[in-house]
Amino acid sequence: MARVLFKGNEVIAEAALRAGVDAFFGYPITPQNEVPEYLAREMPKRGGVFLQTESELAGINMVLGASAAGARVMTSSSGPGLCLMLEAISSMALTRLPAVIVDVVRSGPGMGDLAPAQEDWKLSGNGAYKIPILLPGNVQELANMVFEAFDIADQYSTPVLVLADGMLGQMMEPVDFDKLPERRKNLPDKPWRMASVGEKGYRTMMTLTYGRPLTEFTDRFENETMPKIIANETRYEAYGLEDADVVVAAYGTSARMAKAAIKEIKTDLKFGFIRPMTAWPFPKEPFEKIGPNCKAVFCPEINTIGQMIDDVRIAVAGRMPVYHIGNTAAGPMNTANIIDALRAYVEGVAK
Amino acid sequence: MVNEKLIVAGFGGQGVLMIGKMVALSGMENGMEVSWLPAYGSEMRGGTATCSVNVSDEPVDSPMIQKPTALIIMNLPSLLKYESWAVPGAKVIINSSLVEQEPTRTDIDVYKVPFNDLATQAGNERGMNMLVAGAYAAITGSITLQNLYDAIDHTFVDSKAKFAEGNKQMAKLGYDYAVEHFSK
Repeated sequence: MARVLFKGNEVIAEAALRAGVDAFFGYPITPQNEVPEYLAREMPKRGGVFLQTESELAGINMVLGASAAGARVMTSSSGPGLCLMLEAISSMALTRLPAVIVDVVRSGPGMGDLAPAQEDWKLSGNGAYKIPILLPGNVQELANMVFEAFDIADQYSTPVLVLADGMLGQMMEPVDFDKLPERRKNLPDKPWRMASVGEKGYRTMMTLTYGRPLTEFTDRFENETMPKIIANETRYEAYGLEDADVVVAAYGTSARMAKAAIKEIKTDLKFGFIRPMTAWPFPKEPFEKIGPNCKAVFCPEINTIGQMIDDVRIAVAGRMPVYHIGNTAAGPMNTANIIDALRAYVEGVAK
Repeated sequence: MVNEKLIVAGFGGQGVLMIGKMVALSGMENGMEVSWLPAYGSEMRGGTATCSVNVSDEPVDSPMIQKPTALIIMNLPSLLKYESWAVPGAKVIINSSLVEQEPTRTDIDVYKVPFNDLATQAGNERGMNMLVAGAYAAITGSITLQNLYDAIDHTFVDSKAKFAEGNKQMAKLGYDYAVEHFSK
């Protein structure tokens, strides 16, 4: 199959179908509505259950139930909806139920605005757990990551979150569905699956831990699951770090803007670039590779106060200052904001 | 080398998003890297329609365009908003059927085409978007008329295949008008 021009949201839906999604439960919200629209049209033809639920709460709890029954299952939403889902996502982490959740991020807080944003970096429910968070940077990568998210979920028995900002959901770019990653081999045979009546070897799924130590989950997560995910699933793109004077670190759409800005600035200073492709596990390695000449790290993010920047600061460990570039009163963060900030820095160094 | 950054702007209903999509599809037919980004959300509520299209030899950096190398201006509010965004030397295509006001800048190349009138004369007002795409191809050269034909063939399929020929005719009409009026 050749390249086709596809909208990001439709790519999410098509990649999920190709990953063999059995069921989708969700509630509409801008800017991800083409996901359920596409699946509502295609799933009756291609097999699987599509249900538009009465709320996000109902949707995610149906995801939980379908997952417990062994289905490949997903939902999609945006920040306000994802907030409502956190209780069930936290329960799914505890009960080790796999599912794919796609967040096409819009700006908040609260109901916020429909404008694209990068704001749900830290969104997580109660309790000591983490789930893999994938950060696509273009439409092909969005297809690949949604496709692979189902395998990651099954492999580690965990919910997986794909964070795509609203721009990525709404834009069209060429995508080649023949270039999806290989399906992972040796996935566990759904050992977490609830059994039918009379079936042996079933697992109970307890969302309360009375009578059973919580450490069954927390110890296993800390000592088995977490190290494996960190070792196997940490992803990033980086270049020019060893001799960089300045490093720009950004993910998703703002990483594309950062690349454009670095190209446009004419300076003798050398720019390095880091694009985290997973928020958790966060890629510390490229930040450790930043060479001794580097005087500053800039983090452009499409939000006001910066979220990824805190992880960057931890990774940089005080070796150099880390600066936020974000939204202004004039609107969402964009290439011009990055150019202005970097140019001001470059001119300051020249003086 | 092609690195076109196009903004198409006008009223909802003028086919603005479709014009941009046809340009993006044509670029893809030509093996280029492309992106298409609509303005959405709160920007839609005033009834304006805008999209940003990149056509490039290299992977597209930012889908959001702030310094367009080409503008397609379908109504007056769009001229007032986007004229100042254009880079010096940008090709600015203006729908002179609806926009009577002159651009104020002197460092851009202006191409006035009476798109509504041409579409009405051709008896195909719904095909105006293809007319615009055809004129755009002739004026900028970032896509060819053949790319546009291929894009039309791949867009209008199955039950809509019968519309392909009419759309190609409109694309050709826009292309020929631009060649006739703007060739040096």
